[in-house]
Amino acid sequence: MTLAYYPGCSLKGTSREFEESFLAVTRALRIEMTEIDDWSCCGASSAHPISRDLGVALPARNLALAAEQGADEVVAPCAACYNRLATAQHELGADADLAARMPGILGHSLPPALHIHNVVDLLAAYAPRIEELVAARVDPPLLAGLRVAAYYGCLLVRPNEVTGFDDAEQPATMETVISAAGASPVAWNMAVECCGGAFSISRTQSVVRLGRRIVADARAHGAQAIAVACPLCHTNLDLRQAAMTARGEEPLPALFITDLVGLAIGLSPGELGLARHFVDTEPLLASLAAEAEATATAAAAQESS
Amino acid sequence: MTNQSGAMSRSDAVVRLLAETRSAAARCYQCGKCSAGCPMVSEMTLPPHDIMRLTAHGRFAEVLSADSLWLCLTCETCSERCPTGTDPAAIIDALREAAVLDGRREVPRSIAAFHRSFLDQVRLTGRLYEAGFFAEYKLRSRALLDDIGNAPGLVRRGKLHPLPHRLHGIGEVRAIFERCGVRASDLSGAGHAPAADDAGGAPGGGDPGGGAEGGHA
Repeated sequence: MTLAYYPGCSLKGTSREFEESFLAVTRALRIEMTEIDDWSCCGASSAHPISRDLGVALPARNLALAAEQGADEVVAPCAACYNRLATAQHELGADADLAARMPGILGHSLPPALHIHNVVDLLAAYAPRIEELVAARVDPPLLAGLRVAAYYGCLLVRPNEVTGFDDAEQPATMETVISAAGASPVAWNMAVECCGGAFSISRTQSVVRLGRRIVADARAHGAQAIAVACPLCHTNLDLRQAAMTARGEEPLPALFITDLVGLAIGLSPGELGLARHFVDTEPLLASLAAEAEATATAAAAQESS
Repeated sequence: MTNQSGAMSRSDAVVRLLAETRSAAARCYQCGKCSAGCPMVSEMTLPPHDIMRLTAHGRFAEVLSADSLWLCLTCETCSERCPTGTDPAAIIDALREAAVLDGRREVPRSIAAFHRSFLDQVRLTGRLYEAGFFAEYKLRSRALLDDIGNAPGLVRRGKLHPLPHRLHGIGEVRAIFERCGVRASDLSGAGHAPAADDAGGAPGGGDPGGGAEGGHA
């Protein structure tokens, strides 16, 4: 297999810490991939409502480039990019008229079907290696006992015929990764509810209304952090969280799934870009470190007695 | 829909799109499950199952002017749960495309400003140039001060690049917009009463107004 990497616009800008964290973790897991040369925007949430052809053609250009550059698999860590790439490929397979006019629109021949990955299914496939790396550490497991709400949102799981996710209503793939990292996924109700996505800027009050329910439910079910795999979800639950939480409530860190895996296998907060999040991750990191140290001290005491 | 053949006028494209949409919506039997799961329904004047019903009956004047179309987040919850396989999310996308081709102006201003600014930046640079996008969005939405408090935090965290990346294949990207019949002036003036078409002047646009020319400039 030859894996191409499609970063998408957010990972080069407002969600650059997602790219930092994704690249650090894939390097540590020895996942080899090459960034698609001269990739362009997938059109995300603005192309498909205006023109179906544009909504398919913008991602299809990138699939064509990936295939021309020798890839047979693509990973798009951004859930919106992943969804647009997978939707384009699905629609081109299902609609012969669309497929017939697409080469003329693209100026490229149609690529063969590629295996398109999101970050969650990619990491789930590497769960055994994550467990090995966690077990190989000399330090006690940093994330042991950390209660995490796995938040999928919309674009990773729907429509299920496009994404092929394990279950459209109660997916469990992210929980597999969280468990491999040594943390504990919580059972909660908002895992596949929408965060308001692209309305973050144009209709902030809707995003605050939707995000508040998600953060409150995660908190009510004992989560100490929310795991996300999408820059839009992250912005809405991180940058916008200040507008959602009541006075005096402890903020709930929203971490990329790669942040959790990275911390678990011993990468530093700096390598993962954690300081770029708006919700301060320091208090959580400090309490995790303190607990790990207490565990180590107790273990040492037991050994010496 | 417009396509690269250039043979179809915008008004023909609207007629075809609405005919396809009407027959797709005819599968709906009004159970209301789409509206029950819709995260935006509390803000909509026409809930999704009403959009399906009106579309199936060809009452497009009511549907195409509804702000509800533009409040859809394409979260796909409706399409995932629909027991008849009607795919309301795809129908709403097709209705929005028809509304734009038809030159409708009833798109909520902030949402029209978002889509137009987004697509302008992609057409201009090949990627979403975020600093340019934020600036253009502010001017188009007239929400100059909204969110301005977050700007220093974004800059401090190194999240805003001052300059766009330039693509080698920028010509390809602009040609894609043109061949898909998407113009720089689409969505212009949305949120206002109908006005003279804004000629835009960006690459791939340059339309003199009027609705009869093909998608291929």
